[in-house]
Amino acid sequence: MAEASIDTTPRRRALAIGGVLAAPVRSIFGFFGDHTLMLFQAFAWLFRRPFRLRLFLEQMEFVGVGSLPIIILVGFFSGAVSAQQTIRALEIFGQEHYVGATVGLSLALELAPVFTALMITARAGSGMATELGSMRITEQIDALTTFAVNPTQYLITPRVVASIIMMPIMTMVFNIIGLFGAYLYSIYLKQIDVGAFLYYFRYMTDPSDYLQGGIKSAVFGAALSLAACYQGFNVRGGAKEVGLATTRAVVAGSVAVLVLDYFLSDMLATFFPYRN
Amino acid sequence: MPSTSPDKRSNPPAGGKPGGASDGKSGASSDPVQIRIRGINKTFGPQHVLRGVDLDIERGKINIVIGGSGQGKSVLMKHLMGLLKPDSGQILVDGEDIVPMNDRQLGELRRKFGMVFQYAALFDSQNVVENIAFPLIERYHLSREEIMTRVRDLLKRLDLAHVGGIEQKFPAELSGGQRKRVGLARALIDRPQILLYDEPTTGLDPVATKNVDDMILQASRDFGVTSVVISHDMASTFRIADKISMLYDGKILVTGTPAELLRSQHAPLREFIDMAGLSRDEGEQGTPALEPRR
Repeated sequence: MAEASIDTTPRRRALAIGGVLAAPVRSIFGFFGDHTLMLFQAFAWLFRRPFRLRLFLEQMEFVGVGSLPIIILVGFFSGAVSAQQTIRALEIFGQEHYVGATVGLSLALELAPVFTALMITARAGSGMATELGSMRITEQIDALTTFAVNPTQYLITPRVVASIIMMPIMTMVFNIIGLFGAYLYSIYLKQIDVGAFLYYFRYMTDPSDYLQGGIKSAVFGAALSLAACYQGFNVRGGAKEVGLATTRAVVAGSVAVLVLDYFLSDMLATFFPYRN
Repeated sequence: MPSTSPDKRSNPPAGGKPGGASDGKSGASSDPVQIRIRGINKTFGPQHVLRGVDLDIERGKINIVIGGSGQGKSVLMKHLMGLLKPDSGQILVDGEDIVPMNDRQLGELRRKFGMVFQYAALFDSQNVVENIAFPLIERYHLSREEIMTRVRDLLKRLDLAHVGGIEQKFPAELSGGQRKRVGLARALIDRPQILLYDEPTTGLDPVATKNVDDMILQASRDFGVTSVVISHDMASTFRIADKISMLYDGKILVTGTPAELLRSQHAPLREFIDMAGLSRDEGEQGTPALEPRR
């Protein structure tokens, strides 16, 4: 026995050290694994009966229509401020008539999808996390299970699908309002020639730019809703934990959007090469 | 995910008492024991919560499981509906072992059960009618008139119909007692055979506690259901129980009628009883003291 314990001590120490070193890696893989599993389950339940159209429409209303005022407000000022800074830079070269093209492109490819995603994360993502967290701590999710209703199908699937559908629509709203803001600022405050503004905008932007923005925003929709649902669904404890889960949902959703934006931009540039 | 959503049926079980043979749900039998739990063990990581629990739940009776906080009462209750699976052991509901059942079978099994949660667990976003009708809407294709008839009948039978505008009220607008009754109505609407109550009197004042006791007695008497109540409220337990079992250290320490338990000499049980201020004299004369269960 004594011999055996001497033999195993270094091994145990090595295992303990390995365990400590591996813990963060395991935790990271576990985190992404859980999210991936939840996403797969959400889609798997989408195609199984019963189909509850009402839940999807409610979530689309919450994510989309409910976010419309904030998207319009932020979109208008984002377009205007983007035009302001662009004109300031282009004036150095005397090329300020390119402002319509520059703002149009940056809105279509970056500003509209990213800002829309951040706004919806802050508004709808936090709402989802809080609602699901409250349902968890008040046993409403357990109650669903006792009625043989799958909580993933009832709660997660509608939220994820609604976000994926509504994000591109809201992004297009952001694009339109943002361009309107840029137009008003450029034409009425900076006296840019309206013909040049519109001509270069039409010349430089392409439907594929909006398609790229649409693809990005759909992916952002999946990411932000998944982050929110994951945090809310897995709350344990009380009101304090619901608050913390909401904070984590907004942080995780925002970080996911910005990190995904980098990789998606890179990937989409391969599929949609720049045209002359 | 432990649950599944079985396909909807066109008709719910036809009238009659929930636990009766006319309810259309399988398993109605003359066996006085409706649920048999045999040697179930459950661990969560290093924590051994249930250590070979043996328990019989008697048909049509109010069966109460008492025990201190953290003794595994809620874990035991979740096993009854198949919300948790034991590491080992058997749970026989009407003679059928539910442990090896898959999600679809468990979904079917849960139709036999109704559950009343500690704080009612009503859906915040739905009004009283939508909450009560939820199991019917999810399980059957019924017309709005049929659903409303059954909801209104239950509201009447549970003394909720007199509350002005109750149908359109949301859970936040109800008192604690009303919420519990609406929770009970939701659990009863699909005429279950077995009703589970998770600490129904926690956080209630004495009057509200008495009302909840009456509600449990009424559900048992008028609807003929088998009741399983998880509680640590001794006064309430001794007021309504047909049979009491004490869960202690992951096992059933003692089981018997209220009178038998009052005469028991088990130290943890005596501590419970004495702390609740219950007297040994309240038991029936001549009832023998209990021997420890092995």
